[in-house]
Amino acid sequence: MAINTDKNSYTIIFAIAMVVIVGSLLAGFASGLKPLIKANERYEKQQNILYAMGVNGNEGANDVVFIGTDKVEDEFAKYITKQIVIEGDKQTEDDQAYLIDIKKEANKAKDETYTRKLPLFIGEKDGKTIYVMPVRGKGLWDAIWGFVAVDESMTVQGVYFDHKGETPGLGAEIKQRFFMDDFVGESFLNDGSFGSIKVAKGNNDPKNEDTTDQEVDALAGATITGDGVSAMLKKDIRMYVSYFKSLNK
Amino acid sequence: MGLLSKKDSKLILDPLADNNPITIQVLGICSALAITAQLKPSIVMAISVVFVLGVGNVVISLMRNIIPSKIRIIVQLIVVATLVIIVDQVLKAFAYELSKELSVFIGLIITNCIIMGRFEAFALGNGPWKSFLDGVGNAAGYGVILIIVGFFRELLGSGTLFGFKVLGDSVEKTGLYAIGYENNGFMVLPPMALIVVGIIIWVQRSRNKELIEEH
Repeated sequence: MAINTDKNSYTIIFAIAMVVIVGSLLAGFASGLKPLIKANERYEKQQNILYAMGVNGNEGANDVVFIGTDKVEDEFAKYITKQIVIEGDKQTEDDQAYLIDIKKEANKAKDETYTRKLPLFIGEKDGKTIYVMPVRGKGLWDAIWGFVAVDESMTVQGVYFDHKGETPGLGAEIKQRFFMDDFVGESFLNDGSFGSIKVAKGNNDPKNEDTTDQEVDALAGATITGDGVSAMLKKDIRMYVSYFKSLNK
Repeated sequence: MGLLSKKDSKLILDPLADNNPITIQVLGICSALAITAQLKPSIVMAISVVFVLGVGNVVISLMRNIIPSKIRIIVQLIVVATLVIIVDQVLKAFAYELSKELSVFIGLIITNCIIMGRFEAFALGNGPWKSFLDGVGNAAGYGVILIIVGFFRELLGSGTLFGFKVLGDSVEKTGLYAIGYENNGFMVLPPMALIVVGIIIWVQRSRNKELIEEH
């Protein structure tokens, strides 16, 4: 049985058949594994939120250790007392608020008639109420995102940053302890009005001893990623300011 | 070996040593440099490549008589890409942390020269069983080097193995660190992988003079 594999018609039919078979195979795989992948992404979000508010497994000075995936759901339920969704002036409680995709929300908000849904996670740690906000922006190569934990006066209690493809050794360092820990103590409010925290070059304060300057020391060689972090904080945290102002009245 | 004939076992054992894809054919170096800073990703990468190359070789071999020769390279690419996507999805579902760490390198298995090389050079001209052995053999040969390099780079670079502090704690100065030992930070950078691979090639050729090419 010899097939003439050189004929054009055969080549085209072969290509089409191949695409159909491979396509359906991959589609089947993707939809079969989707629930598991989704669960992993959910755990990761919970881990990140808890990390920002200081619930983590850090031991050494440079550790970035999350709560284990087996425990994270219980811990999340324990520390996060309330999740709310802010839509304009309206606030609704929603225990699934952490699943809101803020990338999609940001896209929808380009249409000016749309009121953006802003998730806010309220937790309690050591008797202190902590508010965690998600942020998302652009780095040098791709998306950067994170969670910022503040108290009711918008003073930072902890942050967590992550990125998709920043340069290893330079921009990718935004997820290192020495960078993230720098934010602690800085405030988003300056005399009662909003002023974002900037990633500043030549800040001369790598240990962040001056917590009133609203600046943290930039990473050498990662100017654009650093600017991306500044822009992301300014853009996303600003949206929460009115909520915090109403809290402090 | 009862299970395999002498010829068949040569297919699987040759690439482990005397015809190793990395040290002799010098293929697949790119990923060997990139992911071997630690032992665990090296092992996962090795297993993934064994799967992709083993299964891929069989698939290509089964189709070898019906693949139109004009588009054979594209067909090979589709087969690798499909298998790689499956590996990627499985890792995301069952080893999420690890898949984040390996991130783009799993995707880059597609461009691993060893895989296309074996498809083209072996699977297109041989039966499925032989192709399977050849695929597993070559991938294992690649994996062995990856694991050796990963072992030394993690041990000397970070003083750990699988994340365990086998040499003591570098911050609290216990174990070896108490007597002044320091981690070699250079080991975690990609260039050191090249040097470690170079040392392996040197050792291998000085033990087996037949491998040295004459010029």
